[in-house]
Parts: sequence; C-alpha cells; structure tokens
Amino acid sequence: MAKEPMRKIELCARQDRRKMILERLQELGCVEIRPEPEGAELYEMMDVSGARNAFQKKVNRAEQALEILEQYAPEQRSLFQTLAGKPVLAGSFYSGPAERRSEYSKTAEKLIRLEEELREQQTLIRNAKLRIDELQPWEKLDVAMTCPGTRRCSFFAGMFPARYTQEELLAFVTEKKPELRFYELQILYTSANGTWTAVVCIREAEEELKGIFRSHGFSGSPQLLTLPPAEEEQRLWQQIGNAEERILLLEEQIREMEEEREHLRLLSDYYRVRAEKYEALGFLSQTREVFALEGYVPAGRAEDLRKELTERFGATVELEDIPEGEQAPVLLRNNRFARTGEGVLASFGLPKAGETDPTAVMTGFYVFLFGLMLADAAYGAIIAAACGAALLKFPRMEENLRKSLGLFFWCGLSTLFWGILFGGYFGDAPDIIAGTFFGVSIPEGQSVIPALWFVPLGDPMRLLMYSLLFGCIHLFTGLGIKGYLCIRNRDYTAFVCDVIFWFLLILGLLFLLIPSSMFASMFGIRVSVSPAFSLISGGMAAGGALGILLTAGRRKGKAWGIRLALGAYDLYNVTGWLSDILSYSRLLALGLATGVIASVVNQMGSMFGNSVFGVLLFLAVFAVGHTFNLAINLLGAYVHTCRLQYVEFFGKFYEGGGKAFVPFALNTKYVDMKGEHQK
Amino acid sequence: MNGLVWALAGAVAAAALAGCGSAFGVGVAGQAAAGVVTEDPSRFAKVLLLQLLPGTQGIYGLLVAFVTLSRIGILGGGGVDVALTTGLLIFAACLPTGIVGLISGIYQGKTAAASIGIVARKPDQFAKAMLFPAMVETYAILALLVTVLCLFSIPV
Repeated sequence: MAKEPMRKIELCARQDRRKMILERLQELGCVEIRPEPEGAELYEMMDVSGARNAFQKKVNRAEQALEILEQYAPEQRSLFQTLAGKPVLAGSFYSGPAERRSEYSKTAEKLIRLEEELREQQTLIRNAKLRIDELQPWEKLDVAMTCPGTRRCSFFAGMFPARYTQEELLAFVTEKKPELRFYELQILYTSANGTWTAVVCIREAEEELKGIFRSHGFSGSPQLLTLPPAEEEQRLWQQIGNAEERILLLEEQIREMEEEREHLRLLSDYYRVRAEKYEALGFLSQTREVFALEGYVPAGRAEDLRKELTERFGATVELEDIPEGEQAPVLLRNNRFARTGEGVLASFGLPKAGETDPTAVMTGFYVFLFGLMLADAAYGAIIAAACGAALLKFPRMEENLRKSLGLFFWCGLSTLFWGILFGGYFGDAPDIIAGTFFGVSIPEGQSVIPALWFVPLGDPMRLLMYSLLFGCIHLFTGLGIKGYLCIRNRDYTAFVCDVIFWFLLILGLLFLLIPSSMFASMFGIRVSVSPAFSLISGGMAAGGALGILLTAGRRKGKAWGIRLALGAYDLYNVTGWLSDILSYSRLLALGLATGVIASVVNQMGSMFGNSVFGVLLFLAVFAVGHTFNLAINLLGAYVHTCRLQYVEFFGKFYEGGGKAFVPFALNTKYVDMKGEHQK
Repeated sequence: MNGLVWALAGAVAAAALAGCGSAFGVGVAGQAAAGVVTEDPSRFAKVLLLQLLPGTQGIYGLLVAFVTLSRIGILGGGGVDVALTTGLLIFAACLPTGIVGLISGIYQGKTAAASIGIVARKPDQFAKAMLFPAMVETYAILALLVTVLCLFSIPV
C-alpha cells in the first residue's frame, strides 16, 4: 500500500552539455519534467513547436509507409504476438537508427510514391469503365459519331429522351413534312430513358429533320468520338489492361520492400523519440550559457541520478522534498500480488495528495469477490492456466497488459477456490456425465464431487447472508481506511465524528437486527442473545446516531438549528449504507447465474442419451455452451466487481484525482533499445 | 384452469420480456458500436464488450425460464400436476425478471450506446464508460434475485 515518494529535482548545467544530458535523462526515464510557471520571465523558453511538428510529420510518413506495406503485404501475425511485447535491440536510438535515417526515409517516400501511382492507375481503370458503360447504347453504330457523311448525304446521331419505336419516329416526320422522303433512320438502342438513334439523309433535308426531331426532345450526342464506338471500346479495354498490368507490377514492387518493415518501424520510433526530446526542450529555462530544468524524480532513484549528473556532466543538481499541499505526480509501488490491481485503480483515479494508495486492499477484495461471482472450479482453472501460461511464455509483455493478466490469474485461482467450496465443475457436469454416460444413479441432493461447503442452488438464502456479510466487511474496511487517514492527518475530530460514530450506528443496527424474528424467518437461523447485549447494541446505535446528528454539520456554521438540520440530513445516509450492503446480493445472483446456465448447457448436451451420436452431440454442445457461458460471466464478474470497488468501497473513503507520473523517456511503439550510450 | 398453464406462462413471460429488452438494448448499442468501428476498427474489442452488457437480461430470462421449467417438471418430461395457487405463485415470481428485464434492457442499451461514445473520443476512459451501463444492470440483478428466491421457496 504505497505511493512511491517523490522528490523535486532542479538541475542547472552548461548549454554545451544540454544534448547529452537530455538524451541520458530520456534513456533513464525517471524524471518528469515540469516547467515552473512563475520563473518564466527570467529565462527564455525555446519555441520548439516547429521542430516538433517536423518530427511528428516524419513519424506520420513512416506510419503511412507501414500502413501501405500492411495493406499489400500483410504481416503474418498470430493472436499471441500482441502479447509478446516489443523486441529489444542493442544500441541507442541516437546512434544506430540516426545514421541511417535518411536511407530509411527514402524507403518510406518510395513506398508512398508507389502507392500514389497505384491509386492513379486505379482511378484510370475506374474512369475507363465508366466510359465503357456510357458507350453501351452506341454499340451498334459502326461509324464514328463525328462521321461527316458523303458529298450528298449527311449523317447524325443522337438521343430522344423517351422510348419510341421506329414507326413512331417515322410518324413524327410524316406528320410535319410528309414530302421529306430521302432519309433513313435506325434505332440503335432503347431503354425506358431514351431512344438512341442514327440518321442518314440527303444534305438538303438535314436541318429540317433535326428541327422536327428537336421538337420531340432530340439532342445530338455530347460525346464526340472520332472512332466508331466498338473501336473506342476496344481502345479503352486496352487501357484497362495496361493499367492492370502496371498495378500488378507496382504491387509486386511494394511487396518486395517487405523486408524494410523493420527499418521503417525503427525510423518511426526514432522520430517519435526525437519529437519527445524536443517537447522536453521546450520546458527548459535557458540563457545563452546555461539551461535549467525542473521536475520530479522518484526518491529511490534521486541520489544515484544526482551523482551521475554531477560527476559525468558537471551539472548542479538540487533535490528538495515536495512542499505540503503540492500535487506531485503519482507512481504506485506495490508487491507482486497487489501490483496486478493497479490498472483497476488507475482507471478510477490515482490517489491525490494526502490520500493513501488503496491498491493492496482493493486487489485482495477484488480477487475474493470476483471468485465468488464466477464460482466454478473448472472455469477458474481454465482462466488461471491460460493467464499463467501467457505470463510465463511472454516475459516481455507490455506492462499494463501484464498487470491485467496477472489480476485475472489470481481471480482464476479464487474462482477455483470458490468453485471447490460450492461444488461447481462446469456447473453440474460431473453428475450429468456420470448419470447419462456411466449409468450412475445419483440420489436427489447429492453429487459425484460433493461441495466442500454447501451448494448455493440448494440453499440460496445462506449464500445471500454470506454475501451481505462479505459486503459489510468490505464496507467496514473502507470506513476503517478512512479512519486511518484521519489519524495519519491528525484530524481526530473527523476520526470520531465521521468514522467512529458511523461504526457505532451501523454495527449497533446490525446487532439489533440479527436476533430479531425477521432475520430468523429470512435466513432460518435463530440467534438468541442476552438482554444486556440488546441493550448495548441499542445504546451503540443510539449513541452513533446522536453523535452524527450533533456533529455532522460542524463545518457548516455556528447556528445550532442549521447544524442539527445538516446532521439529520447526514443521518439519512443510513439508507445509503442499506443500499450499499444490499448491493452485494449481486454476488449471489451472479454466482447462481453461472451455475444455472452451465447446467442448462449440460442438460441440453445430454438430451440424446448414451449413444455415439449422443456423446458427439454432448461434446459439441459442451464446448460451445461453456465457452459462451464462461465469456459472458467473465465479463459480468469483471464489470460488477469493478462496480463494487468503485461505488460501494471507494465511496466510503477514496476520491482519486491524482496525476500519473509520466517520465521523460523513450516512449516507443515498435522496438525498445538498450545498451551503452554512445557519443 | 390448471396451474401448469400459469407456471408455463410465467416462464415464457420472463424469457420473452427480458429477451425483448436485451434484443433492443444490444441492438441500439450495436448501432453505436458499428459507427465507432467505421472510424477506427482498432476499437472493435472495447465497443463489443460494451455492446454485450445489455445482453445479460435475456440470459437472466432464460435462466428463470429454465429454473421454472425444471421446477414444474416440463424439462424432465411429463410435467407434474401443479395446483392453481402454486401456478399463480410461480407466475408472479417470474414477473420481476420479465418486466425489469424488459425496461432495464432498453435503458441499459441506451446507456451503453452513450458509453460507446465515450470510448470513441477517449479510449483510455474505458473502465468508467463500462460502469454506467453496469449501474442500470443492478436492477435487473435485483429482480433476478427476487425471482430466484421466490422460485426456490415455492413448494411444488
């Protein structure tokens, strides 16, 4: 249960050492650089946004090239590779990749160029195909549309905007000018939208015919083709063929660059690291000769850092403790078990100044409650084995993923534990299998593998009672931590008023409830206590309530009327406690859900009895059904355990809102580099 | 009328109403999820989890239906003779899961859709986004609890 203590670091050094110091700090990754806002006018700050953007742009170019590679030569990647983490290369970003960056950049640019050309060719093909579609109605025409005709005859082609037959078209002419006779028209194509027509006539009649046709909406073709349509189409197909060949060639060229993938990744990371360095540079206070840097460093590494910086780079380093009330960045430090819950805590919020880190307690309860919600030995074993195997196999897994898998490993063990206590192995699978396939007759209420404690389905009220009991313990632990914090901060009034009084009230009420007849009829347990005990519990409850009534409003005013009103309002929170405790009934409901759905699956699988077909069907239903049940209940257990922590548990003592420690470091995406820093 | 009819009606009502609620909820959340995946396919896993959250009501309905059917002996084949009072008791016991499942499924779906919006803008706030729909689900769980406790204490 700990936050890593932080110290403030102030560093001052000569400008000519700046590059070396920054690169070393980045490599160490243990200092969060934070500019001091008020000192700003004394020094000059460097404007680094230009340089940073330039580097960011190069990162983007490399990423773009990588995307192109991924599209045309997808990397063979198994699901497990995401678990494996980043590979480590020997050397430093500021030596190895730096020297070859222009070469790698050229590769990236080449890839991008190839892809651009590929896109151009694709556009070409698309346009040609559109054009071919447009030519379709003219297919029957075997001269060019611009055909000038002969000395005495003229030719024109065009389209009417409706469907007409040859007779109808001829009728248009005979209605207006019956005397026109030397013309010939041919319908090339009709559709609901139009009639494509070619006309040959003697030159003298051309204008008259066009006039008549125009009055019926005739328009000449807009596509003036110098080739007959069929030939034009062939030309276009030729073009498409060429473009397709070119595309194949380009794709081949892109694929040939597949080995460059690693180089491009290195390039991307190199510029990413440099962009970050320039960002840090912007936080430095500088004069012509010296520069200064302020930030936070974990106390454990502070002295080593000071020693190295002063001896190696001749810098002046001052370390200070964090002043009271200042929000230092938060770095959690927990043991191997508790560390796994840090992700759950961080997604609620890190502890702020004055708060303790509740990770260790929370992780313990998390694992406990999670197991109770899933409560199936087989499911638990599967989860624990899968997570454990992944953790062993991939030691370089990314840190957050590692923590989550670790948490699920422990949760799996806890599920196994509860499953054995409650006798759940894939639900009631042992009984069903024994009964269906081995002809074992199991008397009602018994099991092949009996539960070590009791079967929840047989006695749900008992588990409900224990669920609420676990809830009370969880909530009281939360209140206890609040009390601990009050004492640590020497706020003894708050300790008595906000913690002790509540303990008295809630415990008193519980002790009053337990011997009551209502409790006995609900849970079937009769607890008899001496009258003195009842008197004491009544006294506790009354004392607590009175205390809260009198003191809860103490910060808000002097007037007793207001204080009492506020106290009464605070006392109303007892309903909040009630709903918080009842909320733990979900432990029972979710546990039952897992068991009942599992037995639905088993029962469905065993429907066809003991035959070859029956066994095969059972195996299939078993595999699919239990995978589904495990997945859905895993999700449910995860979500609802989080809820119990965030709402019920943290609601008692924890606010969060601290800022995470984000050190200036080599934050890469693809590779890590380790090794001696070279000049 | 035979009690068996009422008991069966209860089982069917629980499965059907809660199933409808979940179908609606998962549907609404799925539409929002599809929108996010169009923009950024890498968020698929996260939004899929959120889409699944309103699906639990349907499962609770199934669970209640199954428990009821096995209580009245229909699943074992045959079916016991259920008195009218017992049948009505079972019917009443099934109602919370059905009704609360329907309504909470719908609202959980809407909340999940809104939470998918959070993941679209701020993927790192996933845990918080998941909590909002889980709040709605509490009431479905409480209803399930009431139904199951009733079913187990009604003598058949």
